[in-house]
Amino acid sequence: MAKGDPGVPTRGRRAAPRSKQAASAAAGDPELVQLLTAEGERIESATGPDGTEYRVDFTDEEYRGLYRDLVLVRKLDAEATALQRQGELGLWASLLGQEAAQVGSGRALRTQDMAFPTYREHGVLYCRGIDPIMPLGLFRGVDQGGWDPNEFKFNMYTIVIGAQTLHATGYAMGVAIDGKTGTDDGEAVIAYFGDGATSQGDVNEAFVWASVFNAPLVFFCQNNQYAISEPLERQTRVPLYRRAGGYGFPGVRVDGNDVLATYAVTRHALDNARLGQGPSLIEAYTYRMGAHTTSDDPTRYRIASEVEAWQAKDPIARMKAFLTKQQIADESFFTEIDEQARTESVHLRERVLNMPNPEPVTMFDHVYPHGSPELDVQRAQFTKYMESFEGSAH
Amino acid sequence: MATETLTLGKALNTGLRRALENDPKVVIMGEDVGKLGGVFRITDGLQKDFGDQRVIDTPLAESGIIGTAVGLAIRGYRPVCEIQFDGFVYPAYDQIVSQVAKMHYRSQGKVRIPMVIRIPYGGGIGAVEHHSESPEAYFAHTAGLKVVTCANPQDAYVMIQQAIASDDPIVFLEPKRRYWEKGPVDLEAPLSEAYPLHSARVVRPGTAATVLAYGPMVRVALDAATAAAEDGRELEVIDLRTLSPLDLTAAYESVKRTGRCVVVHEAPGNLGMGSEIAARITEECFYSLEAPVLRVTGFDTPYPASRVEEEYLPDLDRVLDAVDRAFGW
Repeated sequence: MAKGDPGVPTRGRRAAPRSKQAASAAAGDPELVQLLTAEGERIESATGPDGTEYRVDFTDEEYRGLYRDLVLVRKLDAEATALQRQGELGLWASLLGQEAAQVGSGRALRTQDMAFPTYREHGVLYCRGIDPIMPLGLFRGVDQGGWDPNEFKFNMYTIVIGAQTLHATGYAMGVAIDGKTGTDDGEAVIAYFGDGATSQGDVNEAFVWASVFNAPLVFFCQNNQYAISEPLERQTRVPLYRRAGGYGFPGVRVDGNDVLATYAVTRHALDNARLGQGPSLIEAYTYRMGAHTTSDDPTRYRIASEVEAWQAKDPIARMKAFLTKQQIADESFFTEIDEQARTESVHLRERVLNMPNPEPVTMFDHVYPHGSPELDVQRAQFTKYMESFEGSAH
Repeated sequence: MATETLTLGKALNTGLRRALENDPKVVIMGEDVGKLGGVFRITDGLQKDFGDQRVIDTPLAESGIIGTAVGLAIRGYRPVCEIQFDGFVYPAYDQIVSQVAKMHYRSQGKVRIPMVIRIPYGGGIGAVEHHSESPEAYFAHTAGLKVVTCANPQDAYVMIQQAIASDDPIVFLEPKRRYWEKGPVDLEAPLSEAYPLHSARVVRPGTAATVLAYGPMVRVALDAATAAAEDGRELEVIDLRTLSPLDLTAAYESVKRTGRCVVVHEAPGNLGMGSEIAARITEECFYSLEAPVLRVTGFDTPYPASRVEEEYLPDLDRVLDAVDRAFGW
């Protein structure tokens, strides 16, 4: 996607002819910010609960770029699921259904912004320009992440639910202390988490901290309706975005299957943060089309008709419909993207299969930055023990 | 004058001030650490002199203190977190054990968390429940953390600066009942020449038996040695200082000479530091031992009501009783 700032959210501008109200009535939810309907109808602008007007102004090439991102991350994700089914990964947490939430927010990040993912943000990772092979070591079991957050401006995956929201908050406090906010090119931080995480103490503490320290932080909640088997109703009695009000910062619910609206809302929140206007909460309203992870069986806790209803809101189908109707892309483009996705996923598969197992003795590495005398002893004993098998038939 | 007489608390305060002066990336954070100077006044005057972005009064949530400190560390800061009392560290336990301890390992050395977690610990001050606990074994059991504890003002002054300068996450246990005890502190000796942080030290040489103690119990062990000397038994007292990694080099050498060893700590005995120490000494000094390694510890009860804490806490008599038993084996 081209550089620049195609998202132009504006506050207090007069509503465009096709306003949000009309579209969201169709969606049956007056609270949802939407710029692209499930049918692929483009909405000129949408108004958030605080009166902020959201719009995007992408070039045709940028629209096509977003479509390519959506297709690519879905295909790579499907490949990872297949690799798990074939025993090549120990586990996979699929993003199926959440592509728009991740691509929209991921593309809204600027180079200098820092992201704190859960373990499902493969799409955001892709949009950060990171090689999609990077998180697969964790799921294959050859490492536990192993990348430098500061190199990629993308923290390691965090598996303990909600813990990373505090890390993001502290990092954002550091941004503020460093004096890197208050200008157009300031730094902002985004913390990803899910609907289940909103029940965690850490997430609520992060809300408090970010609020009282005015941290340059966007809390990005992908409400995919389920925490493994538990529906949203087990986590909350109020729409999640409204919780922000209790902590003293703005909250907005966006159609998380709408890549355009997600981009606009996230870009606006990030820019507010980088300008020194503090944190905000985005609830990206979406649906986990697949299982929680490959260890899960969603047919035990949800019915097919619900899944089908969300199938009709698919983020890629609506983008494809939009591109086709507007003649921004044609069948040859879609074929080309599918082919690119296929090539990249084959390439990913080949590299996963070639990931070597670590040498057992490396388990002693990096426990401490400068080692430990106790571990040195254990490593030496272990090495000697392993050497005692050499030459034997095992 | 280079050497001054300071309380252990004031020595910590002076060491923290020195760390703030020496490294602009050091930030202190915790509940009431700013204007109030902490409930024990260990950070007294620091916010006034270094500002509220370097000495940060946090909201009242321990997991938040440690979790945000992780983020600050990723950003390049060296956070020094104060947990107000030992019994209040548990809300932060997940962040300490699952995040702080493992970040360097998971990142294959690419992320360092040079964090110090200061915890006033132990009993003996007549406090209400949750204010007198000794949680060291929980942290010493966790790979990726280091655990140290000081026992006198000189060590307090030096060790807190060493801990802050270290690239490891360090749980720094402060013996709260000793905060007001005074001793000489050399304020000008360069840190680079100081006794290494992760090393035990013989604080009283002796020949009859070896007594291992740390933190608040070092004073008890020294008092017991004084009393034993009057009975003609010279006890060697070793201040362990570092609980993870354990440094038992001096202890092995000592026990091989004395043949008898008593380990003293306030924490309950079951799976406490003493258990690990006894096992290691037994492995290393088996043929020199005249008696099993004996432990003098708190009991395997919750910390009791303060009116009976004197009976719960190891004291001079219980240490001497253990020494007697070691001789009567």
